[in-house]
Amino acid sequence: MTPLLELDNLRTWFYTDSGIARSVDGVSFHVDQGETVGVVGESGCGKSVTALSILRLVRPPGRIEAGSAIRFEGKDLLSLPEREMQHVRGNRIAMVFQEPMTALNPVFTVGDQIAEVARIHAGMSKRDAAAKAIEMLRLVGMPAPEQRATEYPHQLSGGMRQRVVIAMALVMNPALVIADEPTTALDVTIQAQILELLADLTKRLGTSILLITHDLGVVAENCSRVLVMYAGEVVEEALTSDLFARAHHPYTEGLLGAMPRVGGQAERLATIPGTVPPPTAWPDGCRFRERCPYAWERCAVEHPPLYQIGVNHVSRCHLAVEPERRLHPHVPLAAQQGVSAA
Amino acid sequence: MRRYLAARLLQALGVIAFITTLSFVVVRLAPGDPVGTALANSNVSESVRQQWRTAYGLDRPVSEQYVRWLANAARGELGYSFYHRRPVRDVLADALPRTMLLTGLALLLSFALGITVGLLQAERANSGRDRWLGRALLLLYSVPDFWLALVILMLFAYRLPFFPAGGLVDPVLHDYLTPGGQLLDRLKHLVLPVVTLTLLSTAGIARFQRSALVAVLPSDWMRTAVAKGLSWKQAVRRHALRNALLPTITLLGLSLPVFAAGAIYVERVFSWPGMGFVTISAIAARDYALVTSGVLVMSVLVVVGALVADLVVAAADPRVRLG
Amino acid sequence: MRWWQTSWSRPPTRAFVSDDVTTPVRAVSTSSARSRLRRDRRAAIGLGVLAAMALIALLAPVLAPYDPRVQLDIVHLRSLPPSFAHPLGTDTFSRDVLSRLIFGARVSLTISFVAVLIATAFGTLVGSVAGYVGGVVDTVLMRLVDAAFSVPTLLLLIVVIALWGEIGVAFLTLLIAAVGWFTVSRLVRAETLSIRDADFIVAARALGVPSWRILARHVLPNVIGPAIVAATLAVGNVILLEAGLSYLGIGVRPPTPSWGSIIQDGSERVSDLWWLTLFPGLAILITVFACNALGDALRDALDPRQLHASFGGLVIPSEVEGSAPL
Repeated sequence: MTPLLELDNLRTWFYTDSGIARSVDGVSFHVDQGETVGVVGESGCGKSVTALSILRLVRPPGRIEAGSAIRFEGKDLLSLPEREMQHVRGNRIAMVFQEPMTALNPVFTVGDQIAEVARIHAGMSKRDAAAKAIEMLRLVGMPAPEQRATEYPHQLSGGMRQRVVIAMALVMNPALVIADEPTTALDVTIQAQILELLADLTKRLGTSILLITHDLGVVAENCSRVLVMYAGEVVEEALTSDLFARAHHPYTEGLLGAMPRVGGQAERLATIPGTVPPPTAWPDGCRFRERCPYAWERCAVEHPPLYQIGVNHVSRCHLAVEPERRLHPHVPLAAQQGVSAA
Repeated sequence: MRRYLAARLLQALGVIAFITTLSFVVVRLAPGDPVGTALANSNVSESVRQQWRTAYGLDRPVSEQYVRWLANAARGELGYSFYHRRPVRDVLADALPRTMLLTGLALLLSFALGITVGLLQAERANSGRDRWLGRALLLLYSVPDFWLALVILMLFAYRLPFFPAGGLVDPVLHDYLTPGGQLLDRLKHLVLPVVTLTLLSTAGIARFQRSALVAVLPSDWMRTAVAKGLSWKQAVRRHALRNALLPTITLLGLSLPVFAAGAIYVERVFSWPGMGFVTISAIAARDYALVTSGVLVMSVLVVVGALVADLVVAAADPRVRLG
Repeated sequence: MRWWQTSWSRPPTRAFVSDDVTTPVRAVSTSSARSRLRRDRRAAIGLGVLAAMALIALLAPVLAPYDPRVQLDIVHLRSLPPSFAHPLGTDTFSRDVLSRLIFGARVSLTISFVAVLIATAFGTLVGSVAGYVGGVVDTVLMRLVDAAFSVPTLLLLIVVIALWGEIGVAFLTLLIAAVGWFTVSRLVRAETLSIRDADFIVAARALGVPSWRILARHVLPNVIGPAIVAATLAVGNVILLEAGLSYLGIGVRPPTPSWGSIIQDGSERVSDLWWLTLFPGLAILITVFACNALGDALRDALDPRQLHASFGGLVIPSEVEGSAPL
């Protein structure tokens, strides 16, 4: 079965005065029908740019480089004329953004903004679209939807606003929803509600989700498959259970180690020393080298490809071919120079 | 909202009181007086002048004159204009609508034009179109009012005599024209001053609107709009404009002074007998009552205009309206 | 990623995938205000023109072919259109217009610079104190400023000047400064308010640094940017104001030449004596244009949004903001 979405060697580069920032530098993955795939990484790893690239929301000085391919429902998105891309956005692929307060226009009612989607894509009349908006609000669990639809974003709480954003995304029953840190700006309790909502709705409607987050906990709960991104590349991809049980890439290990866990002994959280290198100057060889406890000479010169570790499990690390190196951890270079991450 | 209204009203009243006092003081402090100017003929003896002064209360202490004037003004009794030989109220009643016609038209046109141009610039920000429009607007913005008026007068009334050289109506022919002809005559006399005023105002409004739009273009909700499937142009015209119109409404309010105070230079160049023209002529004649009242009326209108504008903005912005 | 910070300079008509890697993509500046200013054409033009005007004003006695006040030949050389001998013609008193224009630059520019300087200095002082100290001082000052705002200043100026009769250039300048300082003070007050509670100021206060010192060394440098922008634009406005008043006959009085008064001279027969209107007007236009262009450029360069150009791979300043580049 052809995957719903397929990225092939996506490279999105930004041309600035300080150099070319290769924010997304050769990312490939796929999302199948009905799947929820998570993309994890710290800020600056390129995960948000990837999301924006899929919807072609990247503009100069950013540019999707030649040689990239994004296929959705069999079509090559990158060669579509803009008018057709407009048909895709909000209709076949919808996006949920991080900050619900600023994502909504403060001078339009919430109902109007949801209805707008129906009017653009389904050509609904004002009245029909308004009714549809109320229906969507009900769907996302908003109490008193008729009343809420006439309210403005500033009158709603953060959680409610995010529900509105989700409602907007689901109006046209898209095949794919890209959720870029949908709960980061919300309280922890609300986070859980929103994620549950997303999971529930997508199961009902059969929507696929590309869930972008920096929070491994979120991924554990909601995604069947996970990608870990670092420095503009995918460094590990596995089924969620495999990733947590048998993480391979040292970065993933580091992330897992840095996760606070309830229960277990209370000790200091392990941190990954050093910081992400700037995208204008990715280092040669393995980009994680300076912060890696296992790095050796090979890592400095040879840029690791994605090695197949197991079924549905790949990792961009030379440890795949020289696993015995894992037995000799050392202090990462970054820590030696006295630079450590917060 | 109600509290806001009350506070603003109070403030407005305070300002009006201040202006009233100020204009009174300023005019009184100047050397010369209306009687001296009106009866400047040396054949008139000083005692006659004194009689006039006494009759008009000009020899009373200034403070008393002030109080009297205030009381009268509150009643709408604005005094007598020596220069026009008519009550001030009548003079102003004639002049004000003329100014309002001129500036009202110009205001409407310039806002419509200005918002449109600003929009055209913003939706393709930094493109060639934007730059060229920007240059033209900057040029227009830098033009001296009176000079533009003179140049337009020169070009379109004298060199290419398409339009009359000024005035409200044709001084000779107007009364002999048919009603239709009279209307046409009035319209012809309106064209040049209105065009001049419009050109002058449009530049500032367009620049302002462009800034306001461009300031909101980076907003997250613009990104959402495009992600929903709107084209860039649609997103700008529907979402950005709605947002960026609020400051322009404020600008409208701030432009209301033009509405009331008239366009002094334009009125002068085109001999348009509006508030500005009348007030300035009164200055030369030391026509106290007219000058003071003229300034007062214009200031009151300005304050009221600003108040109205503030209220409209408050009502239009849902964040303010619904707290 | 702050999406907005990629530049939307053109509406997309096709996918922004370049097959040709050599297609130039315009680089966006991540550098500081000063370098941005240096690159802004408006700043260059504005500064250049103003410098030229200032130079002309300075070197007036050297550059002007004739004495601007001398009536050359009231019989033969009166009201002549431009010619080789008198490139900009002569006025109704047979004075050479070019010379009057050059000396007029002196008068107009001096009045403008000085008035703006005074108004800015005073306004900055008042505004920063009001904003910083707050309380009663602030309220009183701001009520005053609000009231002043509602007065149609042009009208008031006209009333005052016309009624008082002959006032010298010095007094005129002071008067103009007097009606102008309000705007600056309001602006500076707003800026002061916005940084009053900034960490470094709070820290200074906590350390016991006296208020006046905080104002002078911490507040003022931060507040001066917008004040300079306002001042630059104000110079242009004052030139327009002075020209207008002179045109009405109540600004700079004859025989002192000023751009406005030359126009006044020709206002009786505007079309016949077109050179008396055209050339001074152009001079004003060019100078004010330069002020506005420079002011715009300064404003864009100092815009804080553009100043936070960090690059975490993703935060790129948008060139979309600010006024249209020239």
